[in-house]
Amino acid sequence: MYIIVIGGGRLGYYLLKALLNEGHEVLVLEKDARICKTITDELGSVCFRGDGCEAATLAEVGTGRADMFIAVTGDDEDNLVACQVAKHKHNVPRTIARLRNPKNAILFKKLGVDVTVSSTDLIIEAIEREVPTHPVTQLLTLDEKGLVIVDVKIRPESTTVGKAVKDLTLPKDSKLALIIPNEGSAHVPVAHTILQAGDQIIAITPPESKEALRAALSGK
Amino acid sequence: MKILIMGCGRVGARLASLLDEDGHEVTILDNDTYSFRRLPPSFDGTALFGNGTDEEALKKAGIEDTDVFIAVTQGDNRNVMACQIAKHIFKVPRVVCRIYDPLREEMYSALGLETISPTKVFAQLLREKIEG
Repeated sequence: MYIIVIGGGRLGYYLLKALLNEGHEVLVLEKDARICKTITDELGSVCFRGDGCEAATLAEVGTGRADMFIAVTGDDEDNLVACQVAKHKHNVPRTIARLRNPKNAILFKKLGVDVTVSSTDLIIEAIEREVPTHPVTQLLTLDEKGLVIVDVKIRPESTTVGKAVKDLTLPKDSKLALIIPNEGSAHVPVAHTILQAGDQIIAITPPESKEALRAALSGK
Repeated sequence: MKILIMGCGRVGARLASLLDEDGHEVTILDNDTYSFRRLPPSFDGTALFGNGTDEEALKKAGIEDTDVFIAVTQGDNRNVMACQIAKHIFKVPRVVCRIYDPLREEMYSALGLETISPTKVFAQLLREKIEG
């Protein structure tokens, strides 16, 4: 695959390395001559100095034959414009943009960016996962389906301990996928599965039903 | 008309005061309050601190019931993004975008934005002056 990465900062650099390791043809576009030189010295001629938002520069590096275009500069507006130029001027089939402001995800999707990755959201999710008192942890966002995968812990004081799955009133479109008990192996919940204290439940839900799902599973 | 201008540089400030003199309801947004020194003391509109590519800031500036949105910051990309937010998220009836880079200007014009490239306009103006 031919992949073009915009921005040779820390994220761009490590992304470049990972993609090269997987055997892809990768080129980084970077405005800063010094950064460009550092990358070239270390990894060979895989960095081109230029503005990734300029159609002419993108033409020069053969964006027309790129399979994927990934914009990871630190500025949302630059990532948006780079992806739009790649999409509309060079017909790149898949564009990916890094977001600083998670709220921009909707706009970017609307404007034709195929995938957005919010570093802010990812870090928040990762930290929440490490906070033991947090009742619901978001594990993964399935953007295209409008669903999230969450992890809910059943506390000993929950009124749902001892209840069967079929007696729970789950929000619409929320599904329990897996139960990981305190002891023993993980199992797929069925109608008569009884919830126990310490169970860890992996569920799939629309993001807006997250709180309702938590309430249904903890009994309040 | 209610007019929202993003970027209080020379052009933004001047445009704001002209439109204000004409009796329009003008709000001007900039992410550096120091820029507001460019507004004349007679300016009667609203000068607001905020980032025009942030939906919350735009809401505070009253974008939801504005008639015209004009982006004249120094950054082409910032202008483009703000204008697309105004047009596609807030459905502002008229959106005008300054884009210095003529190539980028052509593309966004083809994508349906109302754009002006000062580079193109000024080069043309100079040519006419010299040749004409």
